[in-house]
Amino acid sequence: MNKEDLSFKVRQSTEINVNECYQCGKCTAGCPVAEHMDLRPSIIMRMLQSGDAVAEEEILRSLSIWLCVTCETCYSRCPMELDIPKIMDYLRVRSYNEGKVHRDARDIVTFHKSFLNTVESNGRLHEMGLILDYKMHSGNLFQDVMLAPEMFSKGKLSVFPERIKDLKGLSRLFKGQTKNNKS
Amino acid sequence: MSKIGVFICHCGENISATVDVVRVAEAAGKLEGVEFSTDYKYMCSDPGQTLIKQMIKEKGLTGVIVAACSPRMHEPTFRKACSSAGLNPYMCEMSNLREHCSWVHDKSEATTQKAIDLVRTLVGKVKYNKPLYSIKVPVTKTALVIGGGIAGIQSSLDIANAGHQVVLVEKDPSIGGHMSQLSETFPTLDCSQCILTPRMVEVAQHPNIKLLTYAELEKLEGFIGNFKATIRKKAKSIDEDLCTGCGTCITKCPTKKIPSEFNTGLGKRTAIYVPFPQAVPNKPVIDKENCLYYKNGKCKICEKVCPTGAIRFDQEDELVELEVGAVVVATGFDVMEPSKFSEYGYGKYKDVITGLQFERLASASGPTLGEIRRPSDGKIPEKIVFVACAGSRDPSKGKPYCSKICCMYTAKHAMLYQHKVHHGESTIFYMDIRSAGKNYEEFVRRAIVEDDVKYIRGRVSKVYEENGKLIVKGVDTLLNAKPVEIQADMVVLATAAVANSGAEELAQKMHISYDAYNFFSEAHPKLKPVETNTAGIFLAGACQAPKDIPETVSQASGAAAKVAILFSQDELSREPVVAVVNRSAPPLYSTCVGCFMCATACPYQAIGEELITNRKGEVIKRVAKVNPGLCQGCGTCVAFCRSKSIDIDGYSNEQMYSEVMALLND
Amino acid sequence: MKIGFYPGCSLTGSSREYNESLLAVAKVAGIELCEISDWNCCGSTAAHNLNRELSVSLPARNLALAELEEMDELVVPCAACYNRLVMTQHELAEKPEIKALIEGKLKMTLRNDIRILNVLQFLEKHIVPRLDELVKSPLTYDVACYYGCLLVRPNQVMKDERFEDPMTMDLIMQKLGANAIDWPFKTECCGAGFSVSKTEIVGELSGKIVRSAVDRGAKAIVVACPMCHFNLDMRRPVIESYLQRKIDIPVIYITQAIALAMGLSAQQAGTQRHFVPVNLTVNR
Repeated sequence: MNKEDLSFKVRQSTEINVNECYQCGKCTAGCPVAEHMDLRPSIIMRMLQSGDAVAEEEILRSLSIWLCVTCETCYSRCPMELDIPKIMDYLRVRSYNEGKVHRDARDIVTFHKSFLNTVESNGRLHEMGLILDYKMHSGNLFQDVMLAPEMFSKGKLSVFPERIKDLKGLSRLFKGQTKNNKS
Repeated sequence: MSKIGVFICHCGENISATVDVVRVAEAAGKLEGVEFSTDYKYMCSDPGQTLIKQMIKEKGLTGVIVAACSPRMHEPTFRKACSSAGLNPYMCEMSNLREHCSWVHDKSEATTQKAIDLVRTLVGKVKYNKPLYSIKVPVTKTALVIGGGIAGIQSSLDIANAGHQVVLVEKDPSIGGHMSQLSETFPTLDCSQCILTPRMVEVAQHPNIKLLTYAELEKLEGFIGNFKATIRKKAKSIDEDLCTGCGTCITKCPTKKIPSEFNTGLGKRTAIYVPFPQAVPNKPVIDKENCLYYKNGKCKICEKVCPTGAIRFDQEDELVELEVGAVVVATGFDVMEPSKFSEYGYGKYKDVITGLQFERLASASGPTLGEIRRPSDGKIPEKIVFVACAGSRDPSKGKPYCSKICCMYTAKHAMLYQHKVHHGESTIFYMDIRSAGKNYEEFVRRAIVEDDVKYIRGRVSKVYEENGKLIVKGVDTLLNAKPVEIQADMVVLATAAVANSGAEELAQKMHISYDAYNFFSEAHPKLKPVETNTAGIFLAGACQAPKDIPETVSQASGAAAKVAILFSQDELSREPVVAVVNRSAPPLYSTCVGCFMCATACPYQAIGEELITNRKGEVIKRVAKVNPGLCQGCGTCVAFCRSKSIDIDGYSNEQMYSEVMALLND
Repeated sequence: MKIGFYPGCSLTGSSREYNESLLAVAKVAGIELCEISDWNCCGSTAAHNLNRELSVSLPARNLALAELEEMDELVVPCAACYNRLVMTQHELAEKPEIKALIEGKLKMTLRNDIRILNVLQFLEKHIVPRLDELVKSPLTYDVACYYGCLLVRPNQVMKDERFEDPMTMDLIMQKLGANAIDWPFKTECCGAGFSVSKTEIVGELSGKIVRSAVDRGAKAIVVACPMCHFNLDMRRPVIESYLQRKIDIPVIYITQAIALAMGLSAQQAGTQRHFVPVNLTVNR
């Protein structure tokens, strides 16, 4: 295995050898979002096996890695017990850090970023804060406008965040961690 | 004074690439007791052997050391060469420079040094080697064949036709095995029962074959040519001599709802039953677990209706002891229970079945008389999905190996279905099509091209039921991994072929080795495929690994040939590496004190007693005595002996000490 | 034995009724659940999607706090939080170098031996053995038990033999008097974290689940995960537009079902907080 190959780096990070995959496709057959994917799980595994630089770039720029919902169905049914969700996690972090996130996945990434933002400032998720932060960054200002008032009336949404006491201690965990990518 | 010749083999480059063979030969030449040493590219070749013979004569060698490969490989070769040059073959020994040195180390000074050490220690031993002479044992010319499937049937017939006696033991009430359950066979589509049943009858009628059905091996003792087998004949609860097989008892038995093993649970049978109409012997047995009389003491209808009074409720299991000279193990295989694959819904949905169950549906003697009807409602399925590799090539939940037969039988199943249901659609989800074999690939092509069987390369992830249909979620990996969903009426799982559940226990009873999957191990994967590592026990059929019928029959005939070769001799030569109790001059006679610790320790019951008498016939000493026919030379007795009176020929204490001292006195 | 409690963020907001019903049930059974003081968010999907270290360090802080408070068990009702906490425990055990790094940042050390229980494991251990005495008004309707992903997968971690067709929730519901139907969507994914960012996918995945439950005659869907509840209940309009039909099957938490069977009021069970009205007087 060439040390420059993406598969080599996957192996370093996840301890998964993609050559164990024999392309049976059971991961794709059971994947709940396979129909929506540009590169289905078994295809990604095949592309990783190829060691082809163009294919690797295509993976990092794909929508698929962001559409993976980490439902773990593939991993549970894989005859080789390959932890594909773990590989997806690695690919997402790479794609994000290198600014290669697919344009249709930007909402997903924005949502995750907004999520981590509210966690960083409060220690806990503040759903109202998350929605506002997400709307601001995604530009989807009118999405779910009808949901919030009803949630509020049912006591499911609080205006003010719950903050943890030791925010200083928490900030040590966030220190030096990339939340903002190059793009 | 010893005059030992040392011959260092290069083994092509297997040894010489890592070990400096010239230096090893030089170092050996300087050892005390070594008369001559040299190296050569292939010692086992004709010129190599000639060199050894020539040197024995020329230098008057008293011992020979060949430093080459494993003695398992070539010890007989070199001992034979020495023998032909007039040297006692047991004066020749091998040092394993290949497996023990060159293959396991990198090229280095230390590696060469180790090779020199290996040779030096063996020189220490060979100095004390003594000429030995092989032991002769008689051969009992009766073979025991365990398992009455096609493998056991073929072996039995071949051995019997060679003129020897055979005892065929089958655990079920009838012989026939899995082959009798099959519908038609690939690649010719001839009817399985039509070709098998004549052979079953031949077995029953052969004057040289004694058939014991409903019987199992209880114990196996002894050694090649001289085994003692104990067979448990399970109580059939009938007197076989009186029973005519008329079947009246079966028609009248009130317990009729027992799932039939022969029909893989798709049909029912009675408590007194023959497994199938063509059974051999065609006489019933009573299944004690389900019989009303055995369960609650009432019924006995069979006894009342039997015209010959053949029912025997008080019959008990019987143990039969047999003297046999060879054993053929032909216990076959089992299909994996696919309930572990809960994503396929086997056990939950009635119309998800195994390949073997499909065979029963397609068989003219089956529960549907050969019509393909689904188990749930008896309807003819319009769409069938076949799932290949259900358990095979699946380290996670199944077996890592390929079961070898599934690709072919699945193609056959789809083909039979298309032949029987013309408007039906069959789809096979597969990973690879493995169709190596005479006319096999052509057969698969025929299924695809002529019978329109649809092959989709990809595995199935889930099967579930919705509105009376089985929804099969698969994938077409050749179409950019496109998810495929099929609404099927029936799903057939090509389940893995696995070792029988009792295989491990049976192997332990016979002292033969078995692999990680409980398949029995052959002695050598290429050159000894029918032998086990216990001499005199041979393998036939799928108990060794999954096999199809032609391969099984070939191996069964191979095993029979091995038995016939064995039986062609009146006595056998055995390695003289056995324990011996020492004898010394009077007044001691032997240092043995007669404690018989050795006899308790011996795993082969090879040690008896000997009474030493004086000239008047009075017993003056009672000592241990080894039966060389039974002794396997394991050495346990030597370790147990308190008075150091017992030794192994060829591996005496003297030889061992000398060998160790040679290593220590570097 | 001290039983710790990690509610997680959802249970303080959009799924408070899960929290309320769980605490109500525990109270009736006389079990004290000690909430970890000053717990923080586990990082959820966002952390493991964007940052590997945070996906371990955020849950690790909670485990360290629980150890500090000498908890023997830790009940984590949210399936997603449970998954993150268990995976973190696993990672910390396997990778001493990551454990050392995170202990340094936390300025706390970890024994990493706390027993983490999801809601089903908690119920099985502490509530189910006493259900016979605690059930006062048995439920009488057909329910579809929906497990989703993270209560059963990855099976390499969860080790439930029946991960394709789990029965733990079904057996609890049967003990409450309800009839748990057999259906094939028990462990299909609802769309999880895409509720906001890819709502149309949630509509499709959750739609298939809800349709199967309704078509097989269930009168309620029982869940044990806030994300599943959010998608099946609050996202009902999206589901209905995917299915092109109106569906009024309510979605209740298993803890709510137990609370109702124990004879607690709908208010105490928190069913008034749902988007799809819970009206479960219908008999089988």
